Amino acid sequence: MTRLPPQRGERIDRRRPVDFTFDGQRVEALEGDTVGSALYAVGQRTFSRSFKYHRRRGLLCCAGQCPNCLVQVDGAPGVRACTEPVREGMHVEHMNASPSLDFDAMRATDLVGGPFTPPGFYYKTFIRPRRLWPLYEKVLRRAAGLGRVAKSRREREWRTEYRRRHADVLVVGGGAAGLAAAAAAAELGADVVLADEGPAPGGRLLAEGGQDHAREAAEHARRAGAELLSNAPALGAFDGLVPVWQGDTLHQVRAKRHVYTTGVIEQPLLFPGNDLPGVMLSGGARRLVSLYAVKPGTRAIVATVCDRGLDAALALIGAGVEVACVADLRADAASPAAQALVRRGVELRRAATVLEARGRGHVQGAVLGARGGDGHERVMACDLLVVSGGGAPATSLLCQAGARTAYDAERGVFALASLPGGVYAAGEVAGHGELHAAELSGAVAGAEAAHSLGLGDADSRARAVAGSERLSRGPVGPSGVAVPPPVAGDRGARCFACLCEDVTAKDIHLSVEEGYDSIELSKRYTTTTMGPCQGRMCQLPAIRLMAAETGQSLEQVGTTTARPPWQAVPMGVLAGRPFEPAKRSSIHGRHRELGANVMWAGDWRRPYDYGDPRGEALAVHDAAGLIDVSTLGKLIVRGPDAGEFLDRLYPNRLSNLRPGRIRYGVITSDAGRIIDDGTICRLDDESFYVTTTSSGAGAVYEWFSWWLADWPLRVHLTDVTQGLAAVNLAGPRAREIMAKVSAVDCSSEAFAYLDGKQADVAGARSLILRIGFVGEVGYEIHFPAAHGEHVWDALLEAGADYGLRPFGLEPQRLLRLQKMHILVGQDTDSESTPYGAAMPWIVKLDKDQAFIGRWALERAAEEPPETALVGFTLPDGRVPKEGAAVLPESGDGQVGQVTSARHSPQLGQVIGMAWVPAGLARDGAEVTISDDGKRLRARVVTKPFFDPEGEVLRS
Amino acid sequence: MSYVLTCPNCGPREVTDFSFGGEVNPRPTTRPDKRELGAYNYFRRNVAGVQREWWFHRSGCGAWFLAERDTRTNQVLLTELP
Repeated sequence: MTRLPPQRGERIDRRRPVDFTFDGQRVEALEGDTVGSALYAVGQRTFSRSFKYHRRRGLLCCAGQCPNCLVQVDGAPGVRACTEPVREGMHVEHMNASPSLDFDAMRATDLVGGPFTPPGFYYKTFIRPRRLWPLYEKVLRRAAGLGRVAKSRREREWRTEYRRRHADVLVVGGGAAGLAAAAAAAELGADVVLADEGPAPGGRLLAEGGQDHAREAAEHARRAGAELLSNAPALGAFDGLVPVWQGDTLHQVRAKRHVYTTGVIEQPLLFPGNDLPGVMLSGGARRLVSLYAVKPGTRAIVATVCDRGLDAALALIGAGVEVACVADLRADAASPAAQALVRRGVELRRAATVLEARGRGHVQGAVLGARGGDGHERVMACDLLVVSGGGAPATSLLCQAGARTAYDAERGVFALASLPGGVYAAGEVAGHGELHAAELSGAVAGAEAAHSLGLGDADSRARAVAGSERLSRGPVGPSGVAVPPPVAGDRGARCFACLCEDVTAKDIHLSVEEGYDSIELSKRYTTTTMGPCQGRMCQLPAIRLMAAETGQSLEQVGTTTARPPWQAVPMGVLAGRPFEPAKRSSIHGRHRELGANVMWAGDWRRPYDYGDPRGEALAVHDAAGLIDVSTLGKLIVRGPDAGEFLDRLYPNRLSNLRPGRIRYGVITSDAGRIIDDGTICRLDDESFYVTTTSSGAGAVYEWFSWWLADWPLRVHLTDVTQGLAAVNLAGPRAREIMAKVSAVDCSSEAFAYLDGKQADVAGARSLILRIGFVGEVGYEIHFPAAHGEHVWDALLEAGADYGLRPFGLEPQRLLRLQKMHILVGQDTDSESTPYGAAMPWIVKLDKDQAFIGRWALERAAEEPPETALVGFTLPDGRVPKEGAAVLPESGDGQVGQVTSARHSPQLGQVIGMAWVPAGLARDGAEVTISDDGKRLRARVVTKPFFDPEGEVLRS
Repeated sequence: MSYVLTCPNCGPREVTDFSFGGEVNPRPTTRPDKRELGAYNYFRRNVAGVQREWWFHRSGCGAWFLAERDTRTNQVLLTELP
């Protein structure tokens, strides 16, 4: 590991070594290194293999902008080595090369397949013969994509969080302008958040000798009260919401004003061989030197279109790199940097650029010459080719926020043309590249944002106006740039416009020839700008190529739409913490102990059975059974108008229900369709206890409270679903068991069917409802959830001598089917009315109230339904699937469907429910059911299969 | 879609805290004829502009309230209890 002598502002701590592995080999690094800087320091030059051609790629930007250094870190694919901090013991692996980075078998696609793999080749090549597609697909799937996603859940386990942050001002970008904006807005009293993608605030200052200045500016902003987030890229701008990703947290920042100080993105130059390792952007070379004290090469050639490259050349000389030649595309470069280079004896070739990079596996030399070539080309040896194509304003987030850009011919880039209200831009993205101008523009933007929120005073406003005037007088933009040609050098040779997707200049030429002659079409066809860099490195080059190919101006070609996410982000961060609610009743632990098979029922975890569904169902008929029905929705409706309220919500009449009595009810929509069902028990004159289905609890509460919000009734609604547990004790011995746990008189005279009584059960204050969902004498006991296990235990203990068994959902479904008690949502759907569901008796059209559903049900009562819900038996013993079709007597098609079907051990036959044509809804009619292609003849039954007259229930 | 609604009870909250109750669709006060009933049950105006609509604070106080929202910009002009 070789390092330069200590650099001012270096981020490494030379006393703290950190070890990690790369492809199994130990790598020595220093605290503060990135994976990229550490590997470069030990001589690694190839960091990845390219997407399509598996060409070697090396460090290019060293700023997390390009795709060249994507690696796999501890199982996570697609991590950028150049920004990923080193951690002791981390495992880093290469991606997209097999067996190794240095020997990649898929390199053949480049050597042999190159001419045969133009854009869209997979559509063209692998389409014939069609029958071979499955084989092609297998091969292509292996070849496509980068990295491997961990398949086991354990490897993927990662806790991520959302944080919602409301602020007055969000500043995106933590360079000089952003820090000034944050400080200015915060000093005027605004609540400011600044999100910066870098490891520390300061932006370009950090790598360009301004680290002290950056630290002071950040301290200033912090003291003013701004919250500074580092390593926190903004991902997009959505309706004023800006998600900011920081490690395990997604900050959902919602600010009243937005200041974008996103700077510029240094652009590459296009020439044959421009993707060779050793070709590096000037910013990347400077970052390696100043942040990590890593010498990027021994002999460098610099090619630039602006002062950035010249500054980099000076920095390289300072780091002991021999700069063989600087090619500046400008004919008149005479800035202080240019003069300094000349003073140091560096050969500065004006109006020259790099026409070709040469080398096998790494850059070994470059051809320099005039734009287009003039016969005076020169080949020079080097092991580092530093390029700078100037800075393209990073306007993507601004455009997502509603800004527009226009082509600036002088600078050769797309620059901001207009901003939407509440959005400000400052610093280099707005054309203020020089440090003082950037800071002034930031301070003005921050102050204006605060002023627009009513903060500040006359003085601060005057200062902002003065600053703004000074800005408009000062020089705009950097000290001159030359606009590079779309491609320098031989246009026939391999020159990469898009590094992410391996799209060459020639591919764009081909796509235009094939008719994809707009930038948006070409983008989709060639996938340029659609890779991990999101257009940072390729959008402008692609537009220049497109303009040259089509003969249009850049303004006419326009830009592609920049869509979120602006930064590659792990899906886990977007997902946040999984809030998949699993509701468990207060008795759930007992079910587990009893060996229940637990299943999902909506959000609830419920016992499907306790291992013997048929035996459990038979026990309810023979002795007694106990089921946990805590999941039922439970509402208390209370107030002088409670009866009136329920009369308006239910088609049947509830206001005349006597205290201590229970009625069954369905809830319909105003279209007359069944929404839910349940029982209603009147507790006293002004209180009702309403139960709903388990899955409908939330929706019914919303429904009730919605109408209550609209109707001026004196009613209060309380949802006690979570507060109360409930169990149903049912069977011929239930009465005797009740006698052992409660003092309440359970004789049929004192406690009749559909009576509700409040009494203690096993010492717990309870509401006991005598209802018969499962068809036997049953007591549904509701009591505080805290006593759940106690009451459950007491009942099981009391019933032990009577053959009491717990039963699960599956036996309950069978038992209720024997009684033809419907399950809303299973036996009914969104079109079912009470008339179709064979419950005409439940609709009381003689009520005074214009109850919900009344008008539609009045019409339904006049027009008999076309289909009806009936029971059926099947003699041949086969249980049809739920959803099996009911066939017409003649012809094709389907006239109904099976909704429930079971084999009943109690009745010794297959029973079910189905929707059939209304004409067949009579006892003894025969219908045909098609189950998996087999035709079954079923016999219609309209009365409950078990205890049709309800004598058992009432006994 | 992402914006803030101000619950009249709880204050400003992310829209994901709420359930949407649809545009205000007044229930007929007298018996509607068939066409009116169909329109009430099934037809919505679905305006491109300011819409008066119902919201339920599901992950909060459980109140229904009314909002006036520009459906083109998601700007919420007003929220109030009914």
